[in-house]
Amino acid sequence: MNGKTFESSMRSRYFKQRLFFGAVRLSALLITLALLGILAYILANGFRAITWEFLTQPPTDSMTKGGIMPAIVGTFYLTVGAILVALPLGVVSAIFLTEYAKQGALSRIIRVGVNCLAGVPSVVFGLFGLGFFVVFLKFGSCILAGALTLGILILPTIIGAAEEAIKAVPQTFREASLALGVSKWDTIFRIVLPSALPGILTGAILGVGRAAGETAPIMFTAAAFFTAVLPKSIFDEVMALPYHIYVLATAGTHIEETRPLQYGTVLVLIALVLGIDLIAIIMRSMIRRNKRW
Amino acid sequence: MVTVEKDFIIRTKGVDFFYGAFRALSDITMNFEKNRVTALIGPSGCGKSTLLRLLNRMNDLIDGTRVEGEILFEDRNIYAPDVDPVEIRQRIGMVFQKPNPFPKSIYNNITYAPKLAGIRDSGEIEALVEESLKQVVLWDEVKDILTKSAMTLSGGQQQRLCIARALAMKPDVILMDEPTSALDPISTAKIEELIDTLKKHYTIIIVTHNMQQAARISEYTGFFYLGKLIEFNATEKIFTNPDVKHTEDYITGRFG
Repeated sequence: MNGKTFESSMRSRYFKQRLFFGAVRLSALLITLALLGILAYILANGFRAITWEFLTQPPTDSMTKGGIMPAIVGTFYLTVGAILVALPLGVVSAIFLTEYAKQGALSRIIRVGVNCLAGVPSVVFGLFGLGFFVVFLKFGSCILAGALTLGILILPTIIGAAEEAIKAVPQTFREASLALGVSKWDTIFRIVLPSALPGILTGAILGVGRAAGETAPIMFTAAAFFTAVLPKSIFDEVMALPYHIYVLATAGTHIEETRPLQYGTVLVLIALVLGIDLIAIIMRSMIRRNKRW
Repeated sequence: MVTVEKDFIIRTKGVDFFYGAFRALSDITMNFEKNRVTALIGPSGCGKSTLLRLLNRMNDLIDGTRVEGEILFEDRNIYAPDVDPVEIRQRIGMVFQKPNPFPKSIYNNITYAPKLAGIRDSGEIEALVEESLKQVVLWDEVKDILTKSAMTLSGGQQQRLCIARALAMKPDVILMDEPTSALDPISTAKIEELIDTLKKHYTIIIVTHNMQQAARISEYTGFFYLGKLIEFNATEKIFTNPDVKHTEDYITGRFG
């Protein structure tokens, strides 16, 4: 190849590279802008509604005034309950799938099942929760039924993340532990799980966001249209932020009037999810700092 | 040569090993003498590492494998159905090709397995840490940084830590799978020195690709080729006057 064509071929390759990098940057920027745009819009419309009273009082005057405190508390309980249900179950399932199940027909069927579960529309979970927990098990519409329903809803997310995290733990760690005469269970519990914890927490973070924001699954299983009192046990009905937004925006008689309240509620919901995420992210980075390989 | 009754700690009798339908080892019969260093040499894929991993049942971890024949550890077949592999691995330790410390502190790397094996007394644990690290000549280098992550050590230090970790279980046999192939020459020399002192108390079986290493550190050498044990003899004999032409060809570098 003579010097000139070499140079021009380099120039064209260099141009392609810049074009590609440009496209990559642009798409990253667009995603960030979309997120910031949504946040800014909600913040601009919602922040006026945020007052001390809004955060600490129940709704009044047919929910056209007052606060959303029962809904905040309700969503908090439901989300934490869902994680308490899904995290242990999901991690144990992931351990079974990665460490114990022979990679064959059975584990494939389970994986397909888990993936199907992930694709089921959330309203179906709501109906299942209604039929099974509320009616068949006679829990009634309550925190327990809602948390269990949401827990099943986020189970595939947790299993998937935990499975990936466990698979990412280097095989050499397992070998090193087993070669020291440590049992398989101790190896999983003391070496594999601690190393996989950051990834498992990532799954939990995704699960929290999903559980807190879902409306359909809790509509039939846990959420009250209106209640001014806070739940006293897990067998009480609660208000929940997503359902409250839904009610204010569609079912009330004063939809226009309550717009600021709706935006305020959305803002609180987002803040709550981000707050729970933040705790998990801090926990994750603290664990990661101690585990480098 | 005068025949004396030798003390063999591990004996394999007609061992065949299969990965699925592939026969990785055929009819391996070998006696490993106690408190000696035995080197296993041969080209890549000859089965020497497979044999090593059979001796502490590490191949159990691989699905679809099968062992035939007997491997006797102190006259007990370690593949008998009533044998717990966990117990075998407590008595037959292993050091791997790449240093693989746990992402824990230096101290906890040593204490991890002994604690799970039931040693609770903190004085005993501390003594064990110091003793194990001194045995691998790492104590002076790390005694002030025991709580630091083992991942901050150099490769050679990590490998010595891994040996110390194996020693802390007080095994009878230590299996080493190319323990110096990922290390620089100085770290390699340190490990070789270490092997020489360790054989007073332990039986060492080492797989190596480095023939000078086998010649330097071992009393016995087994040469493997295509899953068969071609020749097994005193190291001096193997490297000066092997019985089999094939062995000589490999050692002199005519193939391999």
